[in-house]
Amino acid sequence: MTATATATGPMAPMVPHRYRVVSRHTETSDTVTIHVEPLGDPIDAPRPGQFAMLWAFGIGEVPISFSGLPGDGRLGHTIRAVGTATSALAASEPGTVIGVRGPFGNGWDVGDADGGDVMIVAGGLGLAPLRPAVDAVLAERDRYRRAVLLIGTRSPDDLMFHDDLARWRGRLDLDVQVTVDAADTGWHGDVGVVTTLIGRVPVEPGNTLALVCGPEVMMRFTTRSLIDRGLDAERIRVSLERNMQCGVGHCGHCQLGPELVCLDGPVFAWSRVAAQSAVRER
Amino acid sequence: MKVDGAASGPVVLDTAGLAAAVETLIGDGWSVIAPTVRDGAMVHDVIESVADLPTGWGDKQEPGRYRLRRRDDSARFGYAAPAQSWKRLLFPPRTTLWRAHRPPPGSADRDAGDFVVQVATATPRYAFLGARACEVRAIEIQDRVFLGGAHTDPGYRAARESALVIAVNCSSPADTCFCSSMDAGPRVASGADVVLTEVAEPQHREPWYLAEAFSDRGAALLRRVPSAAATPEAIDAADAVVANAAAHMGREMPDVDLHELLSESLEHPRWDDVAERCLACTSCTLVCPTCFCSSVEDVTDLTGTEARRDRRWASCFELDHSYLHGGSIRSGIRSMYRQWLTHKLGTWFDQFGTSGCVGCGRCVTWCPAGIDITEEIRAIAGPHLQEVTP
Repeated sequence: MTATATATGPMAPMVPHRYRVVSRHTETSDTVTIHVEPLGDPIDAPRPGQFAMLWAFGIGEVPISFSGLPGDGRLGHTIRAVGTATSALAASEPGTVIGVRGPFGNGWDVGDADGGDVMIVAGGLGLAPLRPAVDAVLAERDRYRRAVLLIGTRSPDDLMFHDDLARWRGRLDLDVQVTVDAADTGWHGDVGVVTTLIGRVPVEPGNTLALVCGPEVMMRFTTRSLIDRGLDAERIRVSLERNMQCGVGHCGHCQLGPELVCLDGPVFAWSRVAAQSAVRER
Repeated sequence: MKVDGAASGPVVLDTAGLAAAVETLIGDGWSVIAPTVRDGAMVHDVIESVADLPTGWGDKQEPGRYRLRRRDDSARFGYAAPAQSWKRLLFPPRTTLWRAHRPPPGSADRDAGDFVVQVATATPRYAFLGARACEVRAIEIQDRVFLGGAHTDPGYRAARESALVIAVNCSSPADTCFCSSMDAGPRVASGADVVLTEVAEPQHREPWYLAEAFSDRGAALLRRVPSAAATPEAIDAADAVVANAAAHMGREMPDVDLHELLSESLEHPRWDDVAERCLACTSCTLVCPTCFCSSVEDVTDLTGTEARRDRRWASCFELDHSYLHGGSIRSGIRSMYRQWLTHKLGTWFDQFGTSGCVGCGRCVTWCPAGIDITEEIRAIAGPHLQEVTP
């Protein structure tokens, strides 16, 4: 006996909702941002920092964070083509229908910075899950005092979200700084790893919430720099990446010591995962 | 509704009573699953009558070794944990989660690649006959994994909620058993509908069963089969069977705080030692009644119009278990074995409020290298262990 699945029905949460790609924007040589809209039942409204499982018909499913939440039911996802499923999703032209499950995970909860400073530090593709957090801060800018956005990428060609960068840099109430690891003569900005920017901005340690996302090595050095600036590890949040196949804490792949990253994270206070992240795997 | 402890007084079933119980269940539409002898091992399978039970069979289990043996009585449940656990039925090794169909390219109704998803909703109705205390505890632990959190697994829920559990207190633990020290047996404390204790008689006379209902469904079943009231002597005889089993545990898990020990021992040299012996064959995770990891696989037909999402058992000893673009986080056997053991006995508490081990001994028996989980803990605990003075 079979039944047509409703993704909210008895077989949820493993059944994908159908979403149509409505736009596709090339960010870098291997990374695109797609926006999708629901064809039938939508997923629950996601929060910044959560992720979805995106399915390319017959090819595979991957965890991808929300890089855009316009608030009209559409979902933005920024995808780097590194495997078969991500390549298929990144190649999805407008009109393609993909599967979406989620939202999963806990989110940044940037509202916890209420009344204080927010420092957002992004490395490379790590800016994708942070973009909705930046916009959440700007949407309620009065709730926060100083807001800082530090962005590092490998090269100028790896910079994403040019329109957003222009919009963010145009604001006087957001301190945006960008650096690249290496550049040729066409680049007039900063050169160096993102931690060099941390030493440069004013930090009021007891009153700052930091949100950090990037490659794991970048997060390790960034959290160290932030702690050197006086931040408490409990006030530094990182978003971790692990193999995830279900999103609901059942498949076991995403374990990090006691944590089920898909369920307990992907956002963690650094104090909670620092020791486990330092355990050598071999 | 399930209740802990006996819902009504115990009764005694003879072979005819047990046979009637099986017939009643089959007549009511249950698939009665019980241990059977197949391929030189105890294997859970559908039975059609009491005659299908492994009468007079026992087993001999040691690290890396499993053999059936003939008993000198006619016990039907005179052996320890069968090769595989009930996990196979509640959480099958391979399940199709759903299928999707889309019209072929170029067809008139094709709406830009739109697809339809269908799920299978057939639910089995299992009666598990012969589940041991360790196995019932294992089911309760998997309940926490698949039903106890924010998300529930619909397939597991359907199979589990309908399943009837007729457990049997253990009489014949193996050399690899250590349920007593995991507080998981040999007596069934909860989680069953009926609990039997088999009392074998010498000279191959028919065994008999003390039967206790642990739920309303169990009590209803017992009322429908011929039985006699349990005399104090019968109850004593059954108690003696379980007490004898408890006294003959082959192994013991060291009495230490395993969660604390393992969280403090992540760099212990023993991980290198066990990595030399472990083959990363995944056998321990497959036979473990609580291991729950799974992977999903997409299957398509050649036309690209049909797709299927399958879920299959996975193991933390697979290289791709921790794969992230570019490589695996745990790429060596040292870290794989450490993940398995620290999860099973340590971080399982953080995630599910219980140990992930029930002391069934399967991982010891079915390890081709004979690695013994209790021995590994003893080695890691080392000086933590207090020598017990006799």
